[in-house]
Amino acid sequence: MSILVDASTRVLVQGITGREGSFHTRQMLDYGTNIVGGVTPRRGGETVNGLPVFDTVQEATQETGANAAVVLVPAPFAADAVLEAADAGLSLVVCITEGIPLWDTLRVLRYLQGGPTRVLGPNCPGITVPGMAKIGIIPGHIHMPGSVGVVSRSGTLTYEVVWALTQRGLGQSTCLGIGGDPVVGTTFVDALRLFEADDQTEAVVLIGEIGGSAEEEAAQYIAQGMTKPVVALVAGRTAPPGRRMGHAGAIVSGGTGDAASKIAAFQAAGVPVADHPEQVGDLLREVCG
Amino acid sequence: MNLHEYQAKRLFAAAGIPVPEGDTAATAHEAEAIASRLGGRVAIKAQVLTGGRGKAGGIVLADTPAEARTKASRLLGAELKGLPVRRVLVERAIEIADELYAAFAVDRRAGRMALIISSKGGVDIEETARTEPEAIRRIIVDPFLGLRPYQVTAACAGIGLGRPLWPSMQHILGALYGLARDRDATLAEINPLVVTADSQLLALDAKMTIDDSALFRQPELSALRDPDAETPVERQAREAGISYVRLAGRIGCMVNGAGLAMATMDVIKLFGGEPANFLDIGGGARADRVERALRIILSDANVAAVLINIFGGITRCDEVARGILAALEQVGAALPIVVRLVGTNEAEGRDLLDRARITTARTLTEGARLAVASAMDGAG
Repeated sequence: MSILVDASTRVLVQGITGREGSFHTRQMLDYGTNIVGGVTPRRGGETVNGLPVFDTVQEATQETGANAAVVLVPAPFAADAVLEAADAGLSLVVCITEGIPLWDTLRVLRYLQGGPTRVLGPNCPGITVPGMAKIGIIPGHIHMPGSVGVVSRSGTLTYEVVWALTQRGLGQSTCLGIGGDPVVGTTFVDALRLFEADDQTEAVVLIGEIGGSAEEEAAQYIAQGMTKPVVALVAGRTAPPGRRMGHAGAIVSGGTGDAASKIAAFQAAGVPVADHPEQVGDLLREVCG
Repeated sequence: MNLHEYQAKRLFAAAGIPVPEGDTAATAHEAEAIASRLGGRVAIKAQVLTGGRGKAGGIVLADTPAEARTKASRLLGAELKGLPVRRVLVERAIEIADELYAAFAVDRRAGRMALIISSKGGVDIEETARTEPEAIRRIIVDPFLGLRPYQVTAACAGIGLGRPLWPSMQHILGALYGLARDRDATLAEINPLVVTADSQLLALDAKMTIDDSALFRQPELSALRDPDAETPVERQAREAGISYVRLAGRIGCMVNGAGLAMATMDVIKLFGGEPANFLDIGGGARADRVERALRIILSDANVAAVLINIFGGITRCDEVARGILAALEQVGAALPIVVRLVGTNEAEGRDLLDRARITTARTLTEGARLAVASAMDGAG
């Protein structure tokens, strides 16, 4: 099996009529994803890539039986889009949009707390179950089906690692980006728990970066509760303190969140840390025997 | 985006948080006039966006208006930690009985804002966290409920604040939280929050960081951006939608995606080089973007070689290659450039670059090795 997405996942694209929305809808369809429709307010009744467009998520869900959504709307409207998807009862909302105000994210995640909707992101590349479906913007062709779970805070660095795994014949069970913002809906620990419980996943690759303590929390969880082997990569060893490295969450501040402390936390938890993306596959082979 | 102390204090005052009486001066003459209006001893504080201003000599006291004039003229036009002092804040000097710390900051682990309060003010909170963690209380705030009075009571009791000051602390922290919320702040900090000799709480310093992603709905705050806070090149990059941070090394990097850009820098270092910059050109790699990014990289005289690492994914590599070639032609770069491309039509893309005699690499490590070697050749 896979995590979060399976053969029963029926996806709506919020912002389907936009340039990004229509382009990535085509890409997702081509990969075989079960996209059932899209939502853009005031554009209901149109079709994009042969799919029906609705004014609201509620209406789209009633008409199509959707249970997941991908948000590809501009940042000022993205928080509202996530709330709308949650209120329509969807179980998974993948928020690709970058640049959502932090206070919006805080309120959205508070509203969803304890409810049935899981948010992936914001500011994430999405999730792919190789050979089955992709929700988001990760290029489909870099994957091959297999037993390695991949979870990352990054976008293109994830593609780099996945591509290197595929070239070494190491297929993936599920690949997901959790997002580069300081506060996100699904954490490393959430993803590790899901991989630990997933039959298909035999080992996990975790791709972290500077900023915050999500990697340290992941290392603690791995040491205490994870039986499957994990290999890590941490980006930002050369990042200077106090400067934001592109992602809103990628900043070493007040002496915390630097790469060295994250690498040390993984090593203390028995998790080998790769020096560069191409080495991840070699370390996986070692830990998997 | 960080606000200056005087900007944050104006917001504080408007929200009802007590701050010392004072005003800003751009000339020594203005500083003297403010000092004479205030009467008595004043503090003159350089308005630059850096921590540790006191230790760096950016905060001085003056007993007379004439002394205020002399001391302000020494600060104005001088540099503090590499930043020009264009303004000073002249304030009535305060008799301090005690120094506290209070802030609202993002607690990334909790996914909430947190009230951080300490009985040890006037020093770096991270320093206190290391040396005296028991002096700090951390209280998570629910964004739906806001800061509740019982939480402030717990904070006051937790840091051993004298009971007569609790109502004042309720008022100040309530106002500070409201300000952070209404102004999309990711940090609103009072350090020190002082107890004056006549037992009043007063915000002696003020720091606010506004969420860059929320500036679109905070127009009056985005107008406060200090042009000195970034170099002209960094501003140029930001306005072009490019993330750029200059570093001290010799290998310029152009990468799509922040994580991959960091990983590329790390690999350069791993193979014995030093990255000259972090640069994320964002999605796609159209010719105009690549051209701008290349100009930004080459504006750094230390750069001896450039590594371009584009994981195209869905993007067609032949298009990216054409973009790179067009940009190179425009910029006329004379130094070695190594390009690593992955994505659709990868072979065609590499072929185009090969024909133009641009060095290409198949993998990130190969690209980094080639860039490090060519930077060394250039240096020798």
